[in-house]
Amino acid sequence: MADPFLSIQHVRKSFGATTVVEDFNLDVERGEFVSFLGPSGCGKTTVLRMVAGFEEPSAGTIVVSGKDITRLKPNQRNVGMVFQAYALFPNLTVAQNIGFGLKVAGMPRADIDARVAEMLGIIKLPQMADRYPYQLSGGQQQRIALARAIAPKPKLLLLDEPLSALDAKVRVSLREEIRSIQKKLGITTIFVTHDQEEALSISDRIAVMYGGKAEQVGTPFEIYNRPATKFVANFVGTLNVLEGTVTDAAAGTVRVNSEQVSLKGKLNGSKSGDTLSLALRPEAISLGRQPGRDSSLSGEISEVHFLGSVIRVRVGIGGNTVSLDTFNSPATPPPAVGEKAEISFSSSDMLVLH
Amino acid sequence: MKSGKFWAWVVFVVGAAYFFIPLMATVEFSLRMRRGVHSFDAYQVVLGDARFQSTFLFSVIAALCTIILGVLIVVPAAYWIRLRLPQLRPIVEFITLLPLVIPAIVIVFGYIRMYGSNSPLPFLASNWGANALLVIGYTTLSLPYMYRAVDTGLRTIDVRTLTEAAQILGAGWGTIITRVILPNVLIAVLSGAFLTFAIVIGEFTMASLLSRPAFGPYLQNIGANRAYEPAALAVIAFAITWGCMSLIQILSRFAPKSANRPN
Repeated sequence: MADPFLSIQHVRKSFGATTVVEDFNLDVERGEFVSFLGPSGCGKTTVLRMVAGFEEPSAGTIVVSGKDITRLKPNQRNVGMVFQAYALFPNLTVAQNIGFGLKVAGMPRADIDARVAEMLGIIKLPQMADRYPYQLSGGQQQRIALARAIAPKPKLLLLDEPLSALDAKVRVSLREEIRSIQKKLGITTIFVTHDQEEALSISDRIAVMYGGKAEQVGTPFEIYNRPATKFVANFVGTLNVLEGTVTDAAAGTVRVNSEQVSLKGKLNGSKSGDTLSLALRPEAISLGRQPGRDSSLSGEISEVHFLGSVIRVRVGIGGNTVSLDTFNSPATPPPAVGEKAEISFSSSDMLVLH
Repeated sequence: MKSGKFWAWVVFVVGAAYFFIPLMATVEFSLRMRRGVHSFDAYQVVLGDARFQSTFLFSVIAALCTIILGVLIVVPAAYWIRLRLPQLRPIVEFITLLPLVIPAIVIVFGYIRMYGSNSPLPFLASNWGANALLVIGYTTLSLPYMYRAVDTGLRTIDVRTLTEAAQILGAGWGTIITRVILPNVLIAVLSGAFLTFAIVIGEFTMASLLSRPAFGPYLQNIGANRAYEPAALAVIAFAITWGCMSLIQILSRFAPKSANRPN
């Protein structure tokens, strides 16, 4: 197997006595789009800043394209970066902003003009060359920041929560645009976000971070459907967590409330009598018994929220509450609070959280 | 509310009268040189005096040198403190305020003792050395104004992110300061520069005690020996100061606008 394009090995970062990143490891292939996803303070931006060169790792190495860049200054790394606060130079026009890195590199004027025009075409703002940043909307400013970052043809593109200052509609359109430009140029990209929908929708792989460590690295499908830890399961998507007791470890049966659920092959060394946390995604649960669902639990409807096309129902099962969504059907009225209800699911969809 | 507005106007009118009446009296007196009529004779005499021209030119050059030295010291210092050493800000602010507290005469006597012709650094042994010492002294005197103006300018931009954005695009420190930071605080720097100019043009103590042919000692000398010319000189000096202040106001309209305007 070929060496990874970006290799972050055993990277640690401490500020005084506080360690914010601990033994972080990640390999990224050329052209890959990897997101760092996690809550505030999990260390995702610190890792990004170490790749950019703004922070020096306390330990570990960062290698890009076979070259160790761990101790290089930011201006020696040939890395592009887009900041959350746009960071366009207020005194320069759009064209001058995009051409800044090229001018610093000593590119001839005619080549700079041609590259700036090409970049403005890529971000679909060819008429904005002579505007100043304050004359642009937030979305336009961030497009210019993206063009400025990729104009010098960097080896690596770093995006530090570039969409978080924008409104919801612009965020969605711009993230699709970022992904399409990244694919077109084939540029290896690291994207930092705390928004799971953003990460799931545009990434090739996601590194879910917590407490300075990568809890899990995988494709969006793997992260969502096969979370490796309790934190990943809770952080990504909505999750119903039920407490269960192992009744027969050999047979793989677990008692939830007063009903038996078969989880053969998922108990991973648990002993009979152990208490487990079991998780189910709302979309894996149906109201009432449904064909193809091998397990069911009985309870009482505690809340019903009519959301238009979807009805969100919460069902109390013993000491647990399970949330599930059903599609609205004009012919069937929504269930009523207090009604007895049965939920069904496939035991294969149930996750055992360790 | 109405009575509050009335008293506000009273305070304003009294304040304006306190400020403008002596000024108008000085202007009026400066026009009385020719007996019985108002004329600009005093101004003609002053502006035609070779000593006026030479001392004014000396002070203008000293002011420009002070501004250059001040910018070279204050801009990188204020920038670095904002970027990397924010914990030092209170200390530096205190140091920059010292020239307001320590009289110029104390500073200049210190200079004379430290840099006299028998000292290891004999600035005062030559005219060039004394001129250089005067400029250094003026830079110290203008520090409170220059530092505050530049620091206020730096506060309006995101220094750290702009620096990092320039760094990641390949820029070194020289490029960052000259092409990113300085253009964005230029109006603030110019404000500090005009304040410095206004201070230096009329400064007396340092120039006099260092025996420099500056405009301040010339003003004092004329004031002690003539009647109408000092009034004309006072009006000219006042006009220069006000001109500087007006330029600050005009230039502040051209400050680069902040681009950080999220949707």
